[in-house]
Amino acid sequence: MENESRRGFMGKAFGAVSGVGAVASLYAMKRSWDPLPSVAAAGFTTVDLASAEPNALVVEKWRGKPIFILKKTPEMVAAQTEEATARDVIVGGENFLIAIGLCTHLGCIPSYRKDSSDFLCACHGGKFDSSGIDTQLPPPSPLVIPPFKIDGTTVVLGEEGPEYAKMKESGLIA
Amino acid sequence: MAHFEKANSLNEWLDQRLAVNTLQRVLQTEYWIPKNINFLWAMGMVLAITFGILLVSGIFLLMYYQPNVDTAFDSVNYTIMREVGFGWLWRHVHAVAASVVFLIIYIHMFTGIYYGSYKKGREIIWISGMLLFVAFSAEAFSGYMLPWGQMSYWAGMVITNLFSAGSLELNGVVEWIRGDYVPAQAFLTRFFMLHVLLIPLAILALIGVHFGALRIPHVNNQDGEEFDFDVEAEKYKAGDKKSSKVIAFANDFLSKDMFVVAVYLVFFFYLVFWNYGFAMDPVNFDPADGLKTPAHIYPEWYFLWSYEILRPFSKDIGLIAFAFAQVIFVLLPFLDRSPNAVPARRRGLFFIWFWLMLIDMIALTAMGKLPPEGIYSTIGLVAAVAFILLWIALPIITMFEKKV
Amino acid sequence: MKEFKILAVVVFFSLVTYWLVEPLAHSVLHKHVDSNHFTYADLPALEKTGDVANGKELVMGAGACTGCHSLEVAGISASMDPVTAASSYGVNPPDLSVVGAIYDDKFLAALIKDPASALKVSHKFDPDSGKMHPMTQFYGAGGDMDQEVADMVAYLKSIAPKAEDVTPAVAFENACGRCHSVRYERWTQMGEKPMFKFKKDEYRFDANVLEYQEHLTKYMGKLPPDLSMYYRSRNVHFLETFIEDPQSHMEGTAMPRVGVNAESAEKVIEYLADSADTLRDDRERIGMYVMIFMLVFTVFAYLWKREIWKDLH
Repeated sequence: MENESRRGFMGKAFGAVSGVGAVASLYAMKRSWDPLPSVAAAGFTTVDLASAEPNALVVEKWRGKPIFILKKTPEMVAAQTEEATARDVIVGGENFLIAIGLCTHLGCIPSYRKDSSDFLCACHGGKFDSSGIDTQLPPPSPLVIPPFKIDGTTVVLGEEGPEYAKMKESGLIA
Repeated sequence: MAHFEKANSLNEWLDQRLAVNTLQRVLQTEYWIPKNINFLWAMGMVLAITFGILLVSGIFLLMYYQPNVDTAFDSVNYTIMREVGFGWLWRHVHAVAASVVFLIIYIHMFTGIYYGSYKKGREIIWISGMLLFVAFSAEAFSGYMLPWGQMSYWAGMVITNLFSAGSLELNGVVEWIRGDYVPAQAFLTRFFMLHVLLIPLAILALIGVHFGALRIPHVNNQDGEEFDFDVEAEKYKAGDKKSSKVIAFANDFLSKDMFVVAVYLVFFFYLVFWNYGFAMDPVNFDPADGLKTPAHIYPEWYFLWSYEILRPFSKDIGLIAFAFAQVIFVLLPFLDRSPNAVPARRRGLFFIWFWLMLIDMIALTAMGKLPPEGIYSTIGLVAAVAFILLWIALPIITMFEKKV
Repeated sequence: MKEFKILAVVVFFSLVTYWLVEPLAHSVLHKHVDSNHFTYADLPALEKTGDVANGKELVMGAGACTGCHSLEVAGISASMDPVTAASSYGVNPPDLSVVGAIYDDKFLAALIKDPASALKVSHKFDPDSGKMHPMTQFYGAGGDMDQEVADMVAYLKSIAPKAEDVTPAVAFENACGRCHSVRYERWTQMGEKPMFKFKKDEYRFDANVLEYQEHLTKYMGKLPPDLSMYYRSRNVHFLETFIEDPQSHMEGTAMPRVGVNAESAEKVIEYLADSADTLRDDRERIGMYVMIFMLVFTVFAYLWKREIWKDLH
């Protein structure tokens, strides 16, 4: 009887030790699926905004994602709400939209319509205004503002500058 | 060590070592199938053959395919399609089989639903079958990434984004799955691995379970009739094949299966050579471009119904509805509360439920491809809500079903 | 009989689903454009009969066509290499040896008189702000302008090969190949890429192509796409109507109407088919063999089944 329970116990103990090994190797497997350090670190894109034309969308690439940069005309700035203005990035006295150009619904690239100064997503019909705020379903939230740092007339994407931190504090960036 | 007599024939020699005669008896000549069946019972064999075709054509594609974001597209469209001897044949066969296999899976599934073949001891057959459906879906999706065309890239983008779980914004999970911020090299290579190794292994294991699960409850028959297989088998073995209610798997059942398979292959090869467009979307013949979304993004036809359940709602509700659609079929044996395992036509309200479900899924499929505007949006929304309501109604209507 | 009823139900629902997701969905998803069969009805008909000798003088005349265009059949080679030409004009001006066979007569005449409108790219060029089309329009040589244009067209046609002798490659290279590459056919905007023995020569060639593409990108707004797989990524009807008039599918596109005649359009499409669906004839042929075999296979499968089931019923 004692022998029996001892065998039972050793069997369970062996099982537990195997379990530890299995969990440890699962961790290794999880880590192998992580993005590589070179991939994760890659990409601080610097963009010079000095030569940007008003109401003409510039698309930059940052970490494989399209970045929308739109210099607003004074009329556009005058027409927009306070909420929209809070999302503007001010560089050299000019208001810019800087946002990741992927629809917040399922990641398609909306196209900019100059005449109506808005973005239309061809995938599911979502719309965003010139400040990247969603104006028509299905997108649930505004276009995402990427981490940026202003440096004179240039902007470094991927680095968090004080202006970005301020936006984050005021809850503009989730 | 066991004692071995000298064998007088190759068959005897093998039988001593591998028990081939016992195997043949258990798996073929005395594996009993009901006689009262129709051609829909051959869909299992049709699926097995199609899976074989996918495996063989896949092996030949694998020899020239290059899982690299710079060369993948050309290795398929130039090397395999233009240079490799019969490479174009393997590719068309593989693409068409990958699409047609879902048509047969759906027929197989709805056959099971119609004849109640998921009840009374056959639950594991149904559940393993639905797990196979999930595994085939993952296999199809991962394979769709490999030519690295526009649809590969954007389908990869959209589907992996689903894992951010809506408002939970689990972007880390999405990036972990992709191995990058966007679908790129790491993404392509890992989906290549999934497609050629891990998922096929899972499929093979699941096929084993699916077949094994059939042995004890036996195959269902056309009228849901319960009879004693042992008694009928004795009748058959005694030579009274005509009045016995069972037939042997081989060659009785097999010969009928192979005839159905032959007719199916005529249809299949017609598609391969002359009507392959439905399985090879034109948009995917444009190389992947991460900065240009195609005008319309839609999944392959067999995913459209569940995609449409996602679409008409706001993001979070859509995702919940989508997750519901993915798992609900697995639960069918437990949601059907009726004591009857007979064809739907004898089950009153369930009969109506069956056809409504079929028509609803076809409506969802159609709306999933059409642009989400105007009337199509409305029909899509109605069909998606109807889908959920039908499943909620199922336990209620089956609970009141009278025993037949 | 019951089996046939079941089969009919299965086939019915499969076909309905197919019809919904393929023919119906695609007719809704894609813009429908009707073909005018390359008649170019918007362009005026040629009223005058051209005089070849006079046309030759006009084409070769000082400051006329051959100032920019080469004319290899008449021994006049290009005055600039393609890269320099692209840097001056945006795109290398075509050789005129075969244009008479490839392009529609009415289109050629209209092009000589007013390039921007014949090419349907007036939206890109605004003479008032000094944005002129790189091809200068013909202002006449002093006589009846319509007659002179007719003469030039007559001359170009007289030196061109017969339309049926133009190969798909020649049609493509002339009509499309100075803006579009087709890498599966080794075609670049600067001609076919040779096989190089030395890496440095290959790099030099590639660098030239890149430079050409840079000028072209500046001129067109974006680099025109490689057309290797266009026969499969677009359908034949799309290609036909797009070649006939790009604006009908994509309003405001920088791509000009190229003005090919119906025969040349067919050849251009054949060239694209050779690139993207090279082995289509093999597919058709082997498809027939496979179908015949499958039918025989089905007959034998049926006979075997009947033999076995004789004892079971």
